[in-house]
Amino acid sequence: MEPFPEIPMLSYDVLVIGGGPAGMAAAVRARELGLKVLLLDENDYLGGILPQCIHPGFGLHYFREELTGPEFAARLAKKLIELGVEYRTSARVLEIKNYSDLEKVVIFTSPSGVYQVWTKAVIYAAGARERHAFEIGIVGDRVSGIYTAGEAQTLMDIYGILPGKEIVIVGSGDVGLIMARRFALEGAKVKAVVELMPYPGGLARNVMILKDFNIPLYLGHKVVEVRGKGRVQRVKVVKVDENLNEVPGSEFWIEADTLVISAGLVPAVKNLKKIGVEIDPATGGPVVNDRLETSVPGIFVAGNSLVINDLVDYVAEQGELAAEGAKEFIDNGGIESRKWVKVEKGSNVRLVVPHYLSGERDVYLYLRVAKPMEDVELGIPEIGKRLKLPVVKPAEMIRVKLKAEEIQNADGKLTVEVVKA
Amino acid sequence: MTTYRFTCIVCPLGCAIEVDVEDGKVLEVKGHTCPRGKEWAVQEVTNPKRVVMSVVPVEGGALPTVSVKTAEPVPKEKIPELMQFLAGIKVKAPVKIGDVVAEWEGIKIVATRGA
Repeated sequence: MEPFPEIPMLSYDVLVIGGGPAGMAAAVRARELGLKVLLLDENDYLGGILPQCIHPGFGLHYFREELTGPEFAARLAKKLIELGVEYRTSARVLEIKNYSDLEKVVIFTSPSGVYQVWTKAVIYAAGARERHAFEIGIVGDRVSGIYTAGEAQTLMDIYGILPGKEIVIVGSGDVGLIMARRFALEGAKVKAVVELMPYPGGLARNVMILKDFNIPLYLGHKVVEVRGKGRVQRVKVVKVDENLNEVPGSEFWIEADTLVISAGLVPAVKNLKKIGVEIDPATGGPVVNDRLETSVPGIFVAGNSLVINDLVDYVAEQGELAAEGAKEFIDNGGIESRKWVKVEKGSNVRLVVPHYLSGERDVYLYLRVAKPMEDVELGIPEIGKRLKLPVVKPAEMIRVKLKAEEIQNADGKLTVEVVKA
Repeated sequence: MTTYRFTCIVCPLGCAIEVDVEDGKVLEVKGHTCPRGKEWAVQEVTNPKRVVMSVVPVEGGALPTVSVKTAEPVPKEKIPELMQFLAGIKVKAPVKIGDVVAEWEGIKIVATRGA
């Protein structure tokens, strides 16, 4: 079958979509396993979002050394190039077509033209998109000076442009806090970090940043309105109660020329939805088995397209796992299991991946809690698994290893819960 | 006596640490759960230091800037001075990761991105 005879056709075992840490790790591993791989990325450089994450804190697990984002990316890129993995930058995927389990066609555009790729498997590692102002209910004037944190970071740390002088940041997750530091270091005045929840969203070490630069943190507050003429001039902040409802009469204005939205990420899975991949509403990413295969056979997913991670190390690890899945899929014409054990969410578990376990191999579960707790046990009652944890926070992903033998004892499902010890 | 309260940043546990200081001398450290935390807390009140990262413009590179970091932690109160210095530098491509692009008061400024 030749879907578009006029478009040049390339042929590969695996096509990796996305040149960030998940995609690069997947391509490297797939190549090491002897597969013919092509990697596509829409940026004009490899690394995904890492080249602009110039702060340290990356790689402690994966490379056993603390690196900055660009350094982490460069190490993976070097491996990729040394192994001779084919890749194309400035390549944008238009469509994935799923003809049968081992016959997929991916159409992409690039500066040298449009191409289609015949491939047996796809590893989707396109990352995430940022939630924007309209998505979090901010109204007002449509003025310049409203950026997502990632946009502001690209401007500052790739292009060397300071996006504003007086900045209000929405969201106290790690990204928001790290951007607060960058703005302050570069001489902008960060007038406030506004956080909806009653606790900071980021790691404690990043919350310290606000103290370093005397930046006020408004917990239990939200930005509801932006006003300005041409450019942001002021933003309206309102207090919220424990049900996150606005407290009448509590509003106040902050003068600022820039509003930076750091309100979380959403897996970028539009191209997967179009081919019917089942999505987990809790993660926003696909439902997957323990090889990170989606509900469409031969379509694998890794990194922030799967679930929003807080460590790049886990992202790269997922890329490798997806590549191993692709290898098994191609060799056996599918990922087979005698039985699939479903992973269910118990008390205080907001999300958990993967969703189905075969019990034929060891697996890492990645999970997030719904609310912070101290002195807890992570438990899986069906198999009598208990793990003590001093502190759990929604901002910190928990990663637990399950042995194949443990999963084999399960009957149909496993419930993961976080309860008081 | 002054009591400083902060969250330890040495590891993800994030212990709540209290340090009692009088006349610039540390009297007591409370709340830490490991020796590294105690050491860090003492440094944090006596001579806080940070590794500083930024970008500097690069001529003739694939991207307009190259990212840099200090090879060692810098005393916190000297950071604005260091940033002023960094604002004045410009480098020429090619730059490799790990290249020393400048030196400031004996501290090496190292490229963390190629250009």
